[in-house]
Formats: sequence, structure tokens, C-alpha cells
Amino acid sequence: MTSSKIDAHIPEGPMAEKWSKYRSTVHLVNPANKRHLEIIVVGSGLAGASAAATLAELGYKVKVFCFQDSARRAHSIAAQGGINAAKNYQNDGDSVYRLFYDTVKGGDYRSREANTHRLAEVSGNIIDQCVAQGVPFAREYGGLLSNRSFGGVLVQRTFYAAGQTGQQLLLGAYSGLMRQVGVGAVKMYARHEMLDIVNIDGKCRGIIARDLITGKLERHFGHAVLLCSGGYGNAYYLSTNAMGSNVTAAWKAHKKGAFFGNPCYTQIHPTCIPVSGDHQSKLTLMSESLRNDGRIWVPKKKEDAEAVRSGKLNPNDIKPEDRDYYLERRYPAYGNLVPRDVASRAAKERCDAGFGVNATGEAVFLDFAYNLRYKYGQMEAIKHGIENPTEQQLFDLGKEVVKEKYGNLFDMYKQITGVDPYHNPMMIYPAVHYTMGGLWVDYNLMTTVPGLYALGEANFSDHGANRLGASALMQGLADGYFVIPYTIGDYLSHEIGTKAISTDHEAFVSAEKDVREKLEKLMNVKGTKSVDHFHKKLGKIMWEKCGMARNATGLKEAITEIQELRKQFWADVRIPGELNDFNPELEKAGRVADFLELGELMCMDALQRNESCGGHFREEYQTEEGEAKRDDENFAFVSAWERTGENQWYMHKEELKFEYIKIAQRSYK
Amino acid sequence: MNITLKVWKQKNNNERGRFETYQVKEVSPDMSFLEMFDVLNEDLITEGKEPIAFDHDCREGICGMCSMYINGRPHGPLQGVTTCQLHMRSFRDGDTIVVEPWRAAAFPVIKDLAVDRSAFDRIMAAGGFVSVNTGNAQDANNILIPKTDADLAFEAAACIGCGACVAACKNSSAMLFVSAKVSQLALLPQGQVERQERVISMVNQMDEEGFGSCTNTGACEAECPKSISVENIARLNREYLSAKITK
Repeated sequence: MTSSKIDAHIPEGPMAEKWSKYRSTVHLVNPANKRHLEIIVVGSGLAGASAAATLAELGYKVKVFCFQDSARRAHSIAAQGGINAAKNYQNDGDSVYRLFYDTVKGGDYRSREANTHRLAEVSGNIIDQCVAQGVPFAREYGGLLSNRSFGGVLVQRTFYAAGQTGQQLLLGAYSGLMRQVGVGAVKMYARHEMLDIVNIDGKCRGIIARDLITGKLERHFGHAVLLCSGGYGNAYYLSTNAMGSNVTAAWKAHKKGAFFGNPCYTQIHPTCIPVSGDHQSKLTLMSESLRNDGRIWVPKKKEDAEAVRSGKLNPNDIKPEDRDYYLERRYPAYGNLVPRDVASRAAKERCDAGFGVNATGEAVFLDFAYNLRYKYGQMEAIKHGIENPTEQQLFDLGKEVVKEKYGNLFDMYKQITGVDPYHNPMMIYPAVHYTMGGLWVDYNLMTTVPGLYALGEANFSDHGANRLGASALMQGLADGYFVIPYTIGDYLSHEIGTKAISTDHEAFVSAEKDVREKLEKLMNVKGTKSVDHFHKKLGKIMWEKCGMARNATGLKEAITEIQELRKQFWADVRIPGELNDFNPELEKAGRVADFLELGELMCMDALQRNESCGGHFREEYQTEEGEAKRDDENFAFVSAWERTGENQWYMHKEELKFEYIKIAQRSYK
Repeated sequence: MNITLKVWKQKNNNERGRFETYQVKEVSPDMSFLEMFDVLNEDLITEGKEPIAFDHDCREGICGMCSMYINGRPHGPLQGVTTCQLHMRSFRDGDTIVVEPWRAAAFPVIKDLAVDRSAFDRIMAAGGFVSVNTGNAQDANNILIPKTDADLAFEAAACIGCGACVAACKNSSAMLFVSAKVSQLALLPQGQVERQERVISMVNQMDEEGFGSCTNTGACEAECPKSISVENIARLNREYLSAKITK
């Protein structure tokens, strides 16, 4: 069934030996030759920074591009909760196999087994590497590393640094990167945006980038190009992504021959601060670790929910028996630990049924009151030898523990909402957070364009239809530190004879010309509406018709609406300022133009997938209990979209074979 | 709420800047300060005027990209908060707010409120790391670290590299920024081997970039959005002195 145009190049042999055997037999490049091989890395997040630092350590000549003013600002920095690794430090039964199994199951059996197993295998090395760099993970009093629980999993395998794990891991990778910049092995291009790839004789040989300060276009040659440019959640306008997060690098590559894998797989994160008004520019996540340590509920009685919404009833006054802890009710085995897609849909179900708790009716409670007093407070009271502690004592003692674990998150919540979460339950609602889809890659992380790779969130490979919490950091660093340094040798060992190609080559000239014309076209529309105007409209279409729940009618409407919106954009967008200048509006316009094309493909992909799996929930395909209903007979494949013309695509299929994990209905009950 | 803004406008680093006055109407107290700027920019674009350039990205207080000097204070009137996490409920209807870029010789203005902070990257490249190549690491739990040291190192490592410390300092000193990284690595066993080289190279680079000297006013700690303590500066001074004596 797999299309002849794609080959995942999965090594032969038993699952547990595939990676170690492949790693030992993959072609190597002589250290003397590495100095002559140039690699371009686009993006400086966990995947990009770790890949660039490691490849430079190996001796390759590396150039790194990022649109922010420093590599340290990539959006990996905002990841909060933690990073998974199968270390089994807690002696609770963890293993490589269990992490592999949890990830495949969590992804609703839509990921590629061999890639996911490799991810689990290298997970432990990542923690070792980060600790060696001086990443200050949380520790126990004995000096050993601490772990916490995360969703979709029954072991404690998540390493963390308060609620700033992404920041600490990224600063670790950034320090490795800056060390290579310091010795001249990496050349850094901050405030640069990649606007196209350059292919010569069927291989990717470089990029066109725009210097965002001067507006000047630049040509850069590389024997290979690594796209580590993150996900495309901002297609929804409102998401937990940074304002600048975009699909442009991946999309330009797609237009030059890289297939796009599973574009419809979007992760809607269950615990974000709800939308407060039309002015909202982004949504803020409250880490999954909070859900797994707190309790989610809505009032049992509709009249209570109405009273809470209108401000007549304080939620703290609702008796425990009048609260519906719906995750614990529906999923007794996992309770508040169910995976994100399940938790998000359950919140939507309660709010749609009229039990939402804020003014818009789109929020549920995330409550720490119980654990703060009766888990942490009680434990501390025992530790301090306080018999019969008062409620106030329990609160005070528990608050200190919660503050240490989640202090920055509680502060952030208070800052944004003006409500103190130590005394009141937080209000949360699902929001777009991560995209499991991305550029299709083979086992080597190479796209369908030879020499062009995609790492981290930019590729589609490891999370199937739903990513488990604390696995994004793991994948970004696995790809950068431990996968690409080996797999790139398979390609570059054949390139040692290729001399650096002059950027005066006709392919570079014409690529630059195309980019310039596109930018001029944008500037010359001179319409009446801002870029944000169109972006917000696209976001609304995507959220309503290709969001948490989708159906064929809505998706067909969305496709037509997006096509129409795209026309309006190109007829009526207004970009102030100049082309050859620092012009943030022009940057935004280019990114939104790409989202307007991607959005259509996301809807097409969601429309063809006549099943529900993970984050992709088609209302037509659900069980009687409202759970996602997969169709393994017809849809156990990766959709790999080839662009065949202006907004025209052909879908290839990569069949997913499950040889080591028995495919089953996912149950967290 | 209705707000009057006096905002620094400067085309680029070669031209002189000036303040311009803008009126922003119907501001919601739930808006973040940057969302208020979004609304203003949207209006300016619709009127055919050029919007105000400012740096921002994550909008959740962690990337360190936003950098406004608001009513004479980096990141505005609240303590321990970045501009993107500052909300309009911290102001009153009818207020006039003055907004400037970070002002420091080592942070040249790019345009309006956006400045060039690449000096920080160069300081990091000079020594803000542990020299460990990928693949060399021992098992993570073989390195035991007392919890108190790990916690102190983490508090120093929480620096987001925004540059508020420099903007707050009358001498435009970068000591708080540099001391945060030096402290983090000096407190951990992993940082011991290069402890002395690190502090010397980072301080040398800091001086080369044109940052001023520290006169212990503590303005940096007061304005740091992550409340990084000046105790780190004391530690940096000790580290520097002992490295200089023994090297």
C-alpha cells in the first residue's frame, strides 16, 4: 500500500537492535573531510541548537539561522513541565520498552514504530548530556534527580526544573551552541528568516534568507540543510506558540518538493488560560504537571454552573458531593492523568453541555485546594510532628510545597487573570499547543528532497496522532544530539567530492529572484486591512471547523472559506513601511500568506481521514461513549502530501505496520 | 480606559530619535501592555501610518525578547514581571505613559523600541558553558548535587537575558547578567574544571562590549523580571578575584 515515491528506510532486524546495529554500520565521514562539508541549520530551538552544536563538535562547518534576536529565544524556551526519559530512577517499572509502548499508544497507533523505539532508546542519554552541561534539574535531598508524573503514563519518568524545564534545556543547548560560535565552528545569523530552499540537480544545496534588520536577501550554500523550525499551531491565530512561530521554512520546502506528513494532527492542550477578549494575541499554557497534581471539575448541577458564571456563587462554596470530577468519573484508571486529547474533549463535552464556569461558558476548574491541604499539607504536618493541624496550618504548610513545585506557574496565572490561584480554583480551557504533523521524513530524518532534513516539531515522525506530555523536549533533543549526527553521515559520506557551490549559480539567482518578487507583490497590494485582520479570520475558521472536533460538512466549508480569504488577502492586505528595512509587518505578512495555504491542506487531510484518532476527532466516527473510533483497516497510514501545482496536492500513503506492539483500542478507563 | 502614550520613535541607529504622542482609546484592563500596542499599531496601519517597531515573541514572560522602558522603569511598574506579562489593570484611565527603548551604549537602537542585544550572546560565547561534547556524559545520577546548591544554581539560571538589568543601571553595567551564569556554573560540580577561565573570559568580554562598571546600587535586582539576586554579583566578584590571584 505504501506509495512507491516514499521509502522510510527502516533498518532490518529486531526492533530492539535496529538502531544500535544501524548506528554501527552507517557510513562515516573522515574527520578531515568534515571540515569541507557545510551544513545549514534553520531554527535554534532544542532540535536546531543541539544539532548545530553536535555537528560542529564533530567538525562540520555549520551556519545557524533564527528570526529572533538571539538563539536563546526560540520557543522551546517556553516549555514548562518536563522531559521524559526511561531511566527508571524511581524503581517503578519503567523501561525503554514501556516508554516506547506508552508513546505509540498515546499517539493512538499512528506513529512509526522504529522511530519511536529509537526515541525511547536515546532518552536516557539526553538526561546525562543535559546534566553534564550544568542544566539545574530538580533534585531530592540526597542529591539525586527528582521525577514527576505526566499524562498518559503510570510511571514517574519526567525530569523537570520547576515549571521552566524548556528554558533550562534550551539554555543548555544554547550554551553548547555558543561555545561552538566562540571557536568559530558555527556562524550564527540571528534576526534572519529563511524564505526559500535552493535545489540543484535534485538535491538541496542551500537557502535564501532575509536579513530582518536591513531587509537584504542573502544566499547561503550548504551540502545539507536541516529545518528545525518548529510547528505550525499559529495557523489557528490563537495558540500557545510564540507570536513569531511559523510554518514558512517548512512550507517553502514543501513547495520545493518536500512532502507534508499528517498535516491535520494538531494537539489541543487541555489546560490553558481561557480567552478573555477580542484583543487577545496569544494563549498561555498552564503546565500539564498541574493537572496531574490537581483535580479537574465542573459543578454537577446546572444551576450552580450558572450561578458561578454570573458571579453569584463562589466555587469554593460548592460542596464536594456537588462537584463533577469528570475525568476521574469517566476514566477511573488514569483519572486526571489521561492524555491531552482525551482531557480536552472531555472539557469541551462538559462546556457544550452547559457546565462551563466562566462568563463565556468555556472554562472548567483546575483545583489545587484538595492536594494542597490534604496531600502536601498533611505530609508536611506529619514531618513537622504537628498533631491535629488546623485547616489554616495545613494550607500554610501545603502552600510552601506547591510554591516550590509550581510557583512560577501560579504567579503567571495571577498576573494574567488577576486571580490568586492559591485561594481560588484556576479556570482553564483547551487551546492549540503543538502540531504532530510536519514534513515527512524517513528513518534518517531526511525529507523527500535529498539533503534536506527536518528535526523536532518540524517533522511528523514520532508522536502519531497525539503527543504525550514532556515528549516534545525529548524528541527535539533526541533528533539533534543523538540521531542526526549519525544519520547525516549516510548522506554526506557520498558528498565529500562535492565542492562548495558558488552562490552565483543560476539556481541561487533564480530562487532569490522569486523570493524578491513575492515580497514585492506583498508590498504592492497596498490594500486597506492589516495582516492581523486576515490572520484572525483564518484562525476562527480553523478553530471552529478544523479544531477539537471536525466533521465533513464543516471541513468542506472551511476549504472554500480559506480559498476565499486567501484571495481577499492578496487583494486587500496593507503592509506599511519599506521592503529594505526592519519591517515586522512584512515578516508577519509572509508567514500569514503561508498559513493561508497550509490551512487548506490541513482541512483536506482532516477530510480524507474518515476516522477519529488522537487529536483528530471526526464527529462522525465516535463510540457510543463519545470516544475516538479508529479505523485501522483503512487508515493505518501516514498521509504524505505532495504538492502538484498551485494549491493542488496528491496524497501518498506510508503504511504503518505494528510488529512489536499489538494494535488495540486505546483505553484509559 | 483611555491612555496617552509618548513613545520613542527612531528610524535607525544613524538617525536621531524623538518622542511621539498617541492616544489609545477603549483599552481593556485585561489587555497586556503589548496587546495595547497591537491595538495601537492596528489603528496606525489602518490610518496609513507606520506602526511602532518593538521586540516581542513568546508573550509569556520567558523568552526575554520584549524590552520596553516604561515610565522610567524597565518592564514597567511591577516587580518581577516582563512587559508582556504587564497588564493594563496596572494603569488608570487617563494615564500618560512614556515608553522608551533600553538605553545603553552596548545596546544600539535598531528601530523605535527594538535594540541590538547581541553583546550578550558574545559574552556567552566567551565562556558561559561547560565544555562537554555530546556523547561524553556519565550517568546523570552519578553526579550528586546537594539540593540547596541545585536550587541556588536554578535561581541564577532563571535569567532570561532580556537586558533589563543593563537598562536599569545608571552605569549600564551587565554584572547581574554575567554573574547569573557565572554563579550557576560555579555552584555546580560540572562547572568546576573551567571555573577560573570562565569568569575571566566572560568579564573580559563584558568590558570589551562597552558595559559600565558596577557600583552596587542594586537597581538591577529591583528591576529584574526574574528577581535574580545581587548576591550573584557578590559571588562573581569573589570568583573573579580568586581567579585573578591564582591564575
